[in-house]
Amino acid sequence: MKKFERLQGLVAPLDRANVDTDLIIPKQFLKSIKRTGFGPNLFDELRYLDEGYPGQDASSRPLNPDFVLNQSRYRGAQVLLARRNFGCGSSREHAPWALDDFGFRAVIAPSFADIFYNNSFKNGILLITLDEETVERLFQETEASEGYRLDVDLERQQLTTPGGETITFEVDPFRKHCLLEGLDDIGLTLEQSGAIHDFERRHRAARPWLFRDA
Amino acid sequence: MASQTLYDKLWAQHLVTQRDDGSALIYIDRHLLHEVTSPQAFEGLRLAGRKPWRRDANLATPDHNVPTTLKERSAGNAGILDDVSRIQVETLDANCESFDIEEFRINDERQGIVHVVGPEQGATLPGMTVVCGDSHTATHGAFAALSHGIGTSEVEHVLATQCLIAQKMKNMQVRVEGKLGLGVTAKDIVLAIIGRIGTAGGTGYAIEFAGSAIRELSMEGRMTICNMAIEAGARVGLVAVDDHTIDYLKGRPYAPSTEQWSAAVEAWRDLVSDDGAHFDKIVELDAAEIEPQVTWGTSPEMVVNVSAEVPDPAGAADETVTQGMTRALEYMGLSAGQKITDIQLDKVFIGSCTNSRIEDLREAAKVAKGRKVADNIQLAMVVPGSGLVKRLAEAEGLDKIFVEAGFEWREPGCSMCLAMNADKLGAGERCASTSNRNFEGRQGYGGRTHLVSPAMAAAAAIEGHFVDVREYDYDRGNAREMSA
Ligand code: SF4
Repeated sequence: MKKFERLQGLVAPLDRANVDTDLIIPKQFLKSIKRTGFGPNLFDELRYLDEGYPGQDASSRPLNPDFVLNQSRYRGAQVLLARRNFGCGSSREHAPWALDDFGFRAVIAPSFADIFYNNSFKNGILLITLDEETVERLFQETEASEGYRLDVDLERQQLTTPGGETITFEVDPFRKHCLLEGLDDIGLTLEQSGAIHDFERRHRAARPWLFRDA
Repeated sequence: MASQTLYDKLWAQHLVTQRDDGSALIYIDRHLLHEVTSPQAFEGLRLAGRKPWRRDANLATPDHNVPTTLKERSAGNAGILDDVSRIQVETLDANCESFDIEEFRINDERQGIVHVVGPEQGATLPGMTVVCGDSHTATHGAFAALSHGIGTSEVEHVLATQCLIAQKMKNMQVRVEGKLGLGVTAKDIVLAIIGRIGTAGGTGYAIEFAGSAIRELSMEGRMTICNMAIEAGARVGLVAVDDHTIDYLKGRPYAPSTEQWSAAVEAWRDLVSDDGAHFDKIVELDAAEIEPQVTWGTSPEMVVNVSAEVPDPAGAADETVTQGMTRALEYMGLSAGQKITDIQLDKVFIGSCTNSRIEDLREAAKVAKGRKVADNIQLAMVVPGSGLVKRLAEAEGLDKIFVEAGFEWREPGCSMCLAMNADKLGAGERCASTSNRNFEGRQGYGGRTHLVSPAMAAAAAIEGHFVDVREYDYDRGNAREMSA
């Protein structure tokens, strides 16, 4: 996994609650057997005026001029500002893959769906949960001033606005550690193989019907 | 020991290590795989030179991409016309073969939607942890198994380590007491619950469904309810073990052997929440007040009684909600105040991991029996959840009832639940669907989905618009009698 480095990220506001994973990346793109290349189809149905299909050259498709990410002032955005319950719906990891491939490094919202939350951290994307009022204020500031950037500092768990205001956020220590170090958590878990084997032995003895190879 | 909830017990029984920071390693007993969320995980294993930790814990089947017409299916994988879909199914086959994982392939009679296949085989057992790269893994909680969806990185993690890094959730109890009205089903209960608590109401919680109305339900009905826990934001839905659970499992291929059976049953009997166990949140519903439900918008929480009207965004709690409702009405092509029963339909889909089990098909067939699909319905399709459901339905003559009424009778798979195969809605088409998500574009680009129960979907197909099945003349009888 790639490390999360401190960034001065351009912020793009997506003013919509309950953005579901079908909206983040529609199902026709889930047919890929790769992890990369989903960026051009992030928010496909909002971004383009036609229906997308896998393998197509996205550069020739008609863009929806009203969609926020198509506006030139948000080109190169690395921080997505969103509304409540972002990422609800399916377990598709294609959603964070698409956000990552597009260039987003962090998403800020009042709340996130559980599976999406996990999946994002596993892909080096930082999700920041802030209260509704703060998010609302960030929306207003972002929309009011072109080129609005946030300093995102995971180490200190704080955001700094262009006006110099600092906003602290919570993140659980294990996830923070993995993100900062870019750790592969399978490797970490395998370091505990002994404990897993011990558990497995006790579990098998207590509930042998859970093991079919016995 | 202090009183524990069912979730607390399941968690404790699978805890390998607990870290100081609150995260834990939990052991996974059953891992179900399908073609969409696994290829990148297998690739990851291969790149790192790793092997599955325990091959017998895994079970795979292709479901999302498989075609449902006999024409395409009869040629097996080669018959899948869409190249990208075919490659994905073939990749699953190849991965299962090279990593020695049991798979029910496309034309194996045991193939079907993973969440139908697991319980049907007895591969989902009480007291297990069950995971799958699919959010509707919550379904398996109907068996008092701690089950939830995971992402592809976690699929790889489970394959490699037999464990998952997890954090303990909070406990919620949703209690449904009393007797359901005739014609009101498990689907209506769960839609009513989501309407009450919202699509984020269960975020961070494991929900245990309890109360006399849940106890009365068959295992099929309980699966329908747990299946949609994720639509309320909860990764986990649970129902405690009782006789229904045990009776359902007896004799299934993966269930405990005769020698192990009584020890297993004894252990399972403890898989209930203790008296006085603490829930962080409790929600209560009166079963008698639940009406057949119909969603009108683009989120499962946008749901009303069939006797109601499309709601007015102006009456919403806050600005964000008003905006969401307005956008949903526009997408759905509906206006506030329209009667639900006046909504005309183009297509009807009976299927998905929510409602494609034998009991669902029996319920729909009772409504369809001796009637004809309305002229304005271009396509009404019934897609059984597995090859075995299909065979049983055919043995009971349900397929004939459907075909005579003008429904198409298809081969098992996810089908128009998410339209990754050829079964999809066209732009602007309106569908009564027994699936679980009415998101924009879910059943096809620009398609409009209304979530309902199987009986409501069948009645809508016959009338061409929504009707209240409680006023509809068909042979009801309750679910319990039917599955006996
Ligand atoms: S039937 Fe629908 S919800 Fe269920 S697993 Fe298949 S695509 Fe997902």
